[in-house]
Amino acid sequence: MKIDTLTHSIGEWLRGTGPESDIVMSSRVRLARNVANYPFVSRASEQDRLEVEKMLRDRIATVPVGRALEYIDVGHLQEVDRQLLVERQLISREHAEAQGARGVAIDVMEQVSLMINEEDHLRIQCMHSGLDLLGAWEQIKVVDDQIEKIVPYAFHPRFGYLTACPTNVGTGIRVSVMLHLPGLVITRQIDKVFRSLHKISLAVRGLYGEGSQAMGDFYQISNQTTLGRTEEELVQQVGDVVPVIIDYERRAREFLVRETQQNVHDQVSRAYGILRTAQTISAEETMQLLSRVRMGVLLGLIGDVKIADINALLVRTQPAHLQKLRGVELDTNDRNIERARYLRQYFEEGDAGNRSSVN
Amino acid sequence: MKCQQCDKQAVFHITELEAGAVRELHLCEDHARTYLNQSEGGGGGAPDEEGKPKAGGLAGALDVGQTADELAILDQRACDHCGITFFEFRNQGRLGCPHDYVQFEKELEPLIANIHGMIEHTGRRPSRGASAGSAGAEGAAAAAALPEGTDELTGVICLRREMKEAISREDYEKASEHRDSIKAIEERWIPPLHKEG
Ligand SMILES: [Zn+2]
Ligand SMILES: [Zn+2]
Repeated sequence: MKIDTLTHSIGEWLRGTGPESDIVMSSRVRLARNVANYPFVSRASEQDRLEVEKMLRDRIATVPVGRALEYIDVGHLQEVDRQLLVERQLISREHAEAQGARGVAIDVMEQVSLMINEEDHLRIQCMHSGLDLLGAWEQIKVVDDQIEKIVPYAFHPRFGYLTACPTNVGTGIRVSVMLHLPGLVITRQIDKVFRSLHKISLAVRGLYGEGSQAMGDFYQISNQTTLGRTEEELVQQVGDVVPVIIDYERRAREFLVRETQQNVHDQVSRAYGILRTAQTISAEETMQLLSRVRMGVLLGLIGDVKIADINALLVRTQPAHLQKLRGVELDTNDRNIERARYLRQYFEEGDAGNRSSVN
Repeated sequence: MKCQQCDKQAVFHITELEAGAVRELHLCEDHARTYLNQSEGGGGGAPDEEGKPKAGGLAGALDVGQTADELAILDQRACDHCGITFFEFRNQGRLGCPHDYVQFEKELEPLIANIHGMIEHTGRRPSRGASAGSAGAEGAAAAAALPEGTDELTGVICLRREMKEAISREDYEKASEHRDSIKAIEERWIPPLHKEG
């Protein structure tokens, strides 16, 4: 791959389909695994890392995941290509910025990705569009079972699957949903919702910002503990809370339309206007405005934009995607100009935001 | 508009939705901060990309139940297999190898209890066969749950380190002995790869 193929395709979580996809962007499950006969990655020698990468790469290649897996040697990628994989949520920022032998195997639909030599030897991730945690869990379970047959995982009778960081030990599972919560942000209820999530040991983070500061009202909720409960219980712990948040968000959106319709309509229309006419625009502002437009479309205040297209724009206006689409390296200034141009062109032509694509 | 709790200008207008009812709050910056932070328990710093606590919070959690002297002694201890000291682990928040969980089991237990609220894994287990192995002190039940070959496989980490040491002191005979042992263990416990197609 095919980084270039990837640039023009549409990833699973961008499809904007699946249950509750007006609020739930994607559902993700990941498992942390290590092989028993090597030190953990942070203590592994260069030689160890090479051997682990080769062993896992060769073995993963024989695992039937239902679709073809493409292997990408992350250690030998250009920075912009590594960044693109991060923007696509196929590898973590840590994995992109790490040193030494490492890679990722990705299925052609971008549902399954297997990171080799991240913080743990193996991080298996499965991502589905909309609210589908059970679907993601069922899929990843099969992949994990297949790999387990041919890879000796590090396991302890009491502590379970062993991980480099004790915060992941036990099941090694991290279950998360990415939510779009503009209603709760505008009505300033978001902090309160998060406080109650912390109380039941769920973690919340803003998706694109630093720390817990969100950009564009996108938030990720995940389980904080990994040991002492079964994988199914942890999937359910996150799954149980999502309908409650969805309900809050829907009520907040209804409240906004009912009590402040003019105001909201004005905000949404202005956001839409800026996106269609700006001559230079930062990634942050774009994210914020796209978030508002996305809400406007869902509230029926803007008619002629598709949710899947906004999802695509959210990713394609990020730095690496912009540069790959343009085919040249751009500094921040030029990126802001190119981003504005890309957005204007999209909204003028009003097609799938996908004009250079085969898919 | 004035703050509902003092005479300052209200700059935060918070809308609470509770059981379908809407409640408006108008607060100055100070009172808004207090309001938003109330009952904000624990949690050392912002979570990382995946939402798990950062290593800093981890090091803090490690102080439970150890005096400074005890900790100083503990810090010196090193894993037989990978050589990481407890001090290095405390600093980096990352363990060195799977054997650390065996070697530092007692010390990690309160930490794990602190993070997860539990110390016994109840989830999935590897399907590869169980063995009585040489698990020793933990008793038959625990040993039975240990996947086959685990001890020998983690032992490879130690053998590889000894092999490297042998090479560096030019003891090639010893080094090749170690190499043979590693190969034998890996062949015994890691299934051969059948390439398909
Ligand atoms: Zn006040
Ligand atoms: Zn060790």
